[in-house]
Amino acid sequence: MSAGTPSTLFRDAALVVGKDLRLEWRSRVITSQVLPFAVLVLVLFAFALDPDRRILGEATPGLFWLAVLFSTLLALQRAFAVEAADGVTDALRLSGLDPAGIFLGKAAGIAVHLLALELVLGVGVTFFYGTTPHGPVLLVATCLAATAGLAAVGSLYGVLSAGMRARDTLLPLLLLPVVAPVLIAATQAFAAAYDRSSGEGWRWFGLLVVFALLYLAIGIFAFETLLEES
Amino acid sequence: MEPVVDFRGAVCLLGRFPALAGVDLDVARGEIVLLQGPNGAGKTTVLRACAGLVPVVEGDASVLGVDLRADRRAVRHRVGLLGHASGLYEDLTVADNVRFWARAGRAHDADADAAMARLGLAGRLADVAVARLSAGQRRRTSLAVMVARRPELWLLDEPHAALDQDGRDLVDSLMADAVAAGATVLFASHELDRAQAVAHRTITIAGGTVAVDRSPAGTAAPGAPAPTGAEPAVEPDPEAVVS
Amino acid sequence: MNTTTGGPLEDRETGSGAGLLRVHPDGTASPGSRRFGIVLSVSVVVFLAVALVISPPDSGAGASENAMGEMVRIMYVHVPVANACYLAFFMTALASVMYLWKKTEGWDSLAAASAEVGVVFTALTLATGSIWGKIAWGTWWEWDARLTSTLLMLVVYIGYLALRRAILDPVVRAKRAAIVGLVAFANVPIVHYSVTWWRGLHQEATISRFDPTIDGGKLFALMFGLLLGVALYVWLMIHRFRLQYAEARLESKGLDVALAERRAEAVADRPQAGAPLAAAAQKGTNP
Repeated sequence: MSAGTPSTLFRDAALVVGKDLRLEWRSRVITSQVLPFAVLVLVLFAFALDPDRRILGEATPGLFWLAVLFSTLLALQRAFAVEAADGVTDALRLSGLDPAGIFLGKAAGIAVHLLALELVLGVGVTFFYGTTPHGPVLLVATCLAATAGLAAVGSLYGVLSAGMRARDTLLPLLLLPVVAPVLIAATQAFAAAYDRSSGEGWRWFGLLVVFALLYLAIGIFAFETLLEES
Repeated sequence: MEPVVDFRGAVCLLGRFPALAGVDLDVARGEIVLLQGPNGAGKTTVLRACAGLVPVVEGDASVLGVDLRADRRAVRHRVGLLGHASGLYEDLTVADNVRFWARAGRAHDADADAAMARLGLAGRLADVAVARLSAGQRRRTSLAVMVARRPELWLLDEPHAALDQDGRDLVDSLMADAVAAGATVLFASHELDRAQAVAHRTITIAGGTVAVDRSPAGTAAPGAPAPTGAEPAVEPDPEAVVS
Repeated sequence: MNTTTGGPLEDRETGSGAGLLRVHPDGTASPGSRRFGIVLSVSVVVFLAVALVISPPDSGAGASENAMGEMVRIMYVHVPVANACYLAFFMTALASVMYLWKKTEGWDSLAAASAEVGVVFTALTLATGSIWGKIAWGTWWEWDARLTSTLLMLVVYIGYLALRRAILDPVVRAKRAAIVGLVAFANVPIVHYSVTWWRGLHQEATISRFDPTIDGGKLFALMFGLLLGVALYVWLMIHRFRLQYAEARLESKGLDVALAERRAEAVADRPQAGAPLAAAAQKGTNP
């Protein structure tokens, strides 16, 4: 809406994220479907790469973020299928909510789900791959920055393809090449943390922050246009 | 009287299909106006255009003083639209939904609770997920959202559909109350007997244009002679075709 | 009633069709673009002679082992097509911005046309780069920073074209495509830096660099190629854009007819709605 002051922006964002968390609490789709899927991906990597703990240990950062990326696709499809069902998109357009607030709220909701997922995956790689985590500050910072970037760009492409024919196949094609830098940077930052060479890692963290800020800005400006049917 | 809806030759496209092919429509504040016409005539599109959802690509259109061709988003939070779809989150409960949409429209939880009580959704039903509701109960929930948000213009698409006798009476009294509170109602219906009893005026839509605009309604049965004189009676649309 | 309205409708339809044909009797070409095409065809033949035969092979600085010899010739094709693909995607981004600003159909057509041509040029860039790699490195593919980021760019723009195909409504398509066109371009430097850093971590230039000594005949061949690449892009764009424009015109011509048909539905409905209505309609036509 035209009355997009900062206070209404954050009020609307809080309203949307509250609604999304309540929706997950009631339906438990992410908890009961996406989370097990993410763990399953970790197990499948072990099948594909041999149960040799040396290879798995070396590849842990990459496998971790690949599992996050695949789970992100599922979480996004869920998050935007909910908004496209049974006239909800029209209701959102008529609601009086600031479109930028809806974007921030959706992104924050996805980010909360992803962070929970990353926590489980972190325990998963330690347990299954025998990787001992180091550099907790860098690890957590990387998770936060990478998740912000994934949630921002994911919300942008999620609403773009929501309600569209063939959205389930289109979303990965659009999203994955764009988030390739996140995969590279987060994997390298994790590798640096595990190797205790965090100097390199903070450079990658910087790239993740730039990525997240860029797509948050694009989302705030573009969401109003993307929410329109025409 | 102050016009709430003012359309002059409004054209709306759905893709490349001209759902509205030049509509002239006036609705004054405090009126209850019934839209009738065959399926596919353009009734739903008129309602969606009034809500600022469908862009008007030709002609003039203003709703609540907002020029829809200049900024149709500005009118949206001031109208309420009850469409064929419920506009509700399936996995949330009735109370969750009504409160969320009410808060989004700057209404308070108290408004939401009062609206649920009015629609008979208080108590046990309030904590049931929308996915478990019957079609009539969903309709009531959508109506509760509308009541809680207190729009200035009510746009109702087949409001009586799926409701029981009790619910239909309730819809009629909601419309009357809305108008008494200073709002305006534009609704589409096929249940002409009931609808014409409530409406102040009946407008017939056909082929994406206004075929008959008759006032006051209720004085004449459907199919009765159209007025020949003063009222802006008949759109001479065949002219447009021939010229 | 229907017979009287049917006549003018048909006339309009054939009229619009004939009008389009009169504007472009031979498809998308015009005398100017046809002359441009002939000049371009001759230039390509001359260029191939210069690049593949006349210009000297690379002897390197002081005939070192870095000399590329005859291999240098692929550069005369590779560099111009790579240049053209960047030009094309820049044009897509620019046209996307202009569409979001002006909201006119022409900018959307330009963005779409440029992305299509750009995807073809990017595929050619990758193909020629890969051929060069096979000769220089002995493998078809190396995870070289430039090759990798070009590959990602290709996939991003294939996604852009897929998105355009998935949306039927022209206005929705134009808006969403414009945003994706813009985001895709903003993403190019991020991908480039991340991939460059990623490669930089492991090994720095163990493969031979793509930097022959450029002088005389080689410089001429390269400049000629660059110019020709841009000219080829422009020529393809002229035709692709005219085709898009003709399609848009055909659609908007259809609107008058569609409006008339839509209004005629009301006339067709009238007999069912009651005799008085039909009489009223009659009055409307014969005042």
